[in-house]
Amino acid sequence: MANCKFSKEHEWAKLEGDTATIGVSDYAQKELGDIVYVELPQVGDSFEKGETCSNIESVKAVNDVYTPLSGEVTQVNEDLEDQPELINQDALGKGWIFKLKITKPGEADDLMTRDEYDEYLKGIAEE
Amino acid sequence: MFKIPRLLFEKSRPGKTGYSFASPLPDDPPLLIEGDRVRQDIPDFPELSEVEIVRHYTNLSILNHSVDRGFYPLGSCTMKYNPKLNEKIAGMAELSAHPYTPADLVQGNLTLMHQLTGWLTALTGLPHYTLSPAAGAHGEFLGIMMIRKYLESRGDPRQIILMPDSAHGTNPASAHFAGYRIKEIPSNADGIIDINTLKQNLGPEVAALMVTNPNTLGIFEKHVREISRALHENGSLLYMDGANMNAFLGILRPADCGVDVLHLNLHKTFSTPHGGGGPGSGPIGVSEKLAEFLPQPRLISGPEGFGFDPGGDQSVGRIKNFYGNYLVMVKALVYLKSLGRENIRQVAEDAVLNANYLRARLKEILRLPYPSKTLHEVVFTDKGLPVSTLHIAKRLLDYNMHPFTMYFPLIVQGAMMIEPTETESRETLDEFVEALQAILTEAGKNPEIIETAPHRTPVKKLDETLAARQPVLKWQRNPES
Amino acid sequence: MNYFPLTDQDRKAMREVIGIKETRELFSDLPADPAYFPLDDLPPALAENRLLRDFQDILRKNTFPEYTSFLGAGAYDHFIPEVVNHLSSRGEFVTPYTPYQPEASQGSLQALFEYQTMLCMLTGLDIANSSLYDGGTAAAEAVLLAMRFSRNKKRCLVAENIHPEYRSIIETYLQNLDARIDTVPFSPETGKIKAEDLRDRMGEDVAGFLFQSPNFLGVIEDSQEISDIVHQFKKASSIQIVAEALSLPLLVPPAQGNVDIVAGEAQSFGLPLWYGGPYLGFMSTRKEYLRQLPGRIVGQTRDREGNPGYVLTLSTREQHIRREKATSNICTNQAWCALRAAIYLSTMGRRGLSRIARINHQNTAYFIREAEKLHRLKVRYRENIFNEVVLSAPPRSVDRLFDELKSRKILAGIKLAPFFPQLADSLLLNFTEKHTKEDIDRLIQALGGFHV
Repeated sequence: MANCKFSKEHEWAKLEGDTATIGVSDYAQKELGDIVYVELPQVGDSFEKGETCSNIESVKAVNDVYTPLSGEVTQVNEDLEDQPELINQDALGKGWIFKLKITKPGEADDLMTRDEYDEYLKGIAEE
Repeated sequence: MFKIPRLLFEKSRPGKTGYSFASPLPDDPPLLIEGDRVRQDIPDFPELSEVEIVRHYTNLSILNHSVDRGFYPLGSCTMKYNPKLNEKIAGMAELSAHPYTPADLVQGNLTLMHQLTGWLTALTGLPHYTLSPAAGAHGEFLGIMMIRKYLESRGDPRQIILMPDSAHGTNPASAHFAGYRIKEIPSNADGIIDINTLKQNLGPEVAALMVTNPNTLGIFEKHVREISRALHENGSLLYMDGANMNAFLGILRPADCGVDVLHLNLHKTFSTPHGGGGPGSGPIGVSEKLAEFLPQPRLISGPEGFGFDPGGDQSVGRIKNFYGNYLVMVKALVYLKSLGRENIRQVAEDAVLNANYLRARLKEILRLPYPSKTLHEVVFTDKGLPVSTLHIAKRLLDYNMHPFTMYFPLIVQGAMMIEPTETESRETLDEFVEALQAILTEAGKNPEIIETAPHRTPVKKLDETLAARQPVLKWQRNPES
Repeated sequence: MNYFPLTDQDRKAMREVIGIKETRELFSDLPADPAYFPLDDLPPALAENRLLRDFQDILRKNTFPEYTSFLGAGAYDHFIPEVVNHLSSRGEFVTPYTPYQPEASQGSLQALFEYQTMLCMLTGLDIANSSLYDGGTAAAEAVLLAMRFSRNKKRCLVAENIHPEYRSIIETYLQNLDARIDTVPFSPETGKIKAEDLRDRMGEDVAGFLFQSPNFLGVIEDSQEISDIVHQFKKASSIQIVAEALSLPLLVPPAQGNVDIVAGEAQSFGLPLWYGGPYLGFMSTRKEYLRQLPGRIVGQTRDREGNPGYVLTLSTREQHIRREKATSNICTNQAWCALRAAIYLSTMGRRGLSRIARINHQNTAYFIREAEKLHRLKVRYRENIFNEVVLSAPPRSVDRLFDELKSRKILAGIKLAPFFPQLADSLLLNFTEKHTKEDIDRLIQALGGFHV
């Protein structure tokens, strides 16, 4: 997962050229509990970094997903319609949510690397 | 022991019928509706005899826990005993008029509404009431809209409603629907709103503060008068969520604490039954300056008696059909008249005594999140316990007791909110303490039985994840796969 | 009656356990001065026997029982089988709270699941919630639902001939949101909405069109034609409001008119008039709207041992979890009223419901035929009505007509002038299965005797 970077709101983005695959982190899926439904964005939607692009519903809460990068949605993970639990099972792999054609490549520099994210999580645990 | 009835549709048999009705017309005249608009049949609609209907619903009813059956200490719900006399009087045919009956023919009904508002004014100090809202949340929505209209009339509706982090979920939801953004104020180490924190958050964009008093931790917001002064100096208003009025009914009037708008829950403090989820009634009381914004219609008194006025230009409008949940108002009035001035204080005094008795006995086995005094309810945390709040709650069901409110307020980890009310005997409270002691002891020796509870209820622990993942929201003869 | 189980002995012992001398000490945080305010303004307590007398005396001032009423307009006087009162008044149904602990609430939950099912059978749509406050707030919630579903289109069209109170409530609910409603006029000739009036006003920015059928004037609208026009626009919803739920068993289900949302008032299902409340708002819609549906929903599931059971589900959209992003702020709703409706529907059953609905219409048809004898008074809409009629009087005589009938102890419906200036000379009358032939004949006679 070398190209995988993380946001403070616990989303991850994996970059390949100008396409980013976006999902939520393992920490996020644990916090959410059993996921029952994912509201996917539509192909063609455009988002600015930080905008709400999706939401994830578990038995106890609904959480907004904020896109860590700006861009246009090119693909959504339709498997999540019937199997929302994929996010619980494999948040960084099969649980990907959508793909973006990014418009501002510089934004990726503001995200955390895997190690930086792990440090960040430790900080949260201590609060 | 308990037999879960099959569904009505599974018991239904063609040709069975439960009703009996004689047609008023001698023949079967043709319809004045075009043939293709007329329904031929309602396939699969139930067909049962009266005795089967009676057994079906009777057997369903015994699957419910209820206040009539046992202890129901749900915090912030005030599950007090529902007097049967209230039901009898509310059921009188003499008051069941059509809502559009001309006012001169229903002066009795209007007198009762007027008397109720008189009681509410005397108990809260707010001079004007509307009985329209159907529930507390409905009242909150109305109250915030009235605040907005008031501020608009002074040139600026502002944009923000402040509320503590312990607020009930309806507070932010209602404020949102009234067009405001919410800003949360953190509670201090005493569990209440800190006056300095409030002042830091006051600015020209703040329309009001929504406060529950006592708050959802059961703690009296003792800075309330200073808070109201600070708000008023800022041109803002104070909204009080009156869900917890059982703590000081007849002892303190919210108007004396600077409250501008208040909602009451007749189905909490005023003993009307919860009915498994309503109907309730959430009257709103306002200070003089907000009177012109009250919703339509307004009950008025004139030389010919009582009537309804559609309300002036400044009214926020209408939020409910007709006049409100009338029957619920009647039940509350019966209750108040049965208490009278002699007994009205007994409600809060016994409610607070009961809650503090539980607090004194339970703090030996459970931890308090805040050391502050509490009134009619007390919140404990599951920190340090061998089992979670959820597990304790489910095991309590095996003792024929409804659990406390779980996981609310959000600021307490594993919150257990306990409100006994004044209509519980000491014996019941002692049984509750003993049940909790037994459960915690059991948790040390045999945690599995608690983690897999409940065991003695008609169904065991239900899978809520499955219900949400694969929603089945009705019966179908041939469900689509 | 006595609602305080504690004895003085109990109180004393409990104070000792707490460690206080007087109960007042527990209130020490309250501001001393306003606390313990004088109660002189409050009346003294009334014991049970006195209370009953007190209310009977007050209610003697109600003289309406002496009158024969033809009032409808959103509240309907229907026959209610005795079992509805008997079963719904059981303490196990009356006194529990909202079923948050489903293992101890299967009675209420299963009854509501059955109610949701029966509503869907009547509307023909996929899902239904377990209650809203009333027809008017259900209409407002339907508009908000359509707006959410449309991905936040800001405008909704509303028919002019819906219940005026429903219109008022929708306006109040929307006034502080970034949304607005525009009116589609009705034709006084037919009492209905005209297709071209709707077509002219539909647009890409419209979230939906809300109409009532049978409408406030008692006339059944052309819902298929309406829905076709609405559905020419992406994500626009056709919303049918029903104020007289008993029309549902006699007419083809709303789903056949291709509507997306059906909402309204179910008071006709087993709730007495009760001077306006508590009533029963309902909402039924397609499964695509599920995640945006307001109110409580009961779902089926299994327990640890594989037995079927029922729970409140999809509650993450509700106020207690989603808070300011909730689909609605509704918490306490009208669940006990829904239970009464369920008992009524199952008792009347497949045949009883159709029969009673038919009788409503036949009584109305009887009046319409008899009214042909009345020379100066005219029934405006004579076909495709359910159980309400608009009766027009000669110009400027309707007030006197109403008063004269009232003096003969007949309440001839409501006057339409305050709501529809186009029908200022008209009354709206309702006929249900409870009216006898004699009642209707007496009305005809009184109307016939009216001298302009």
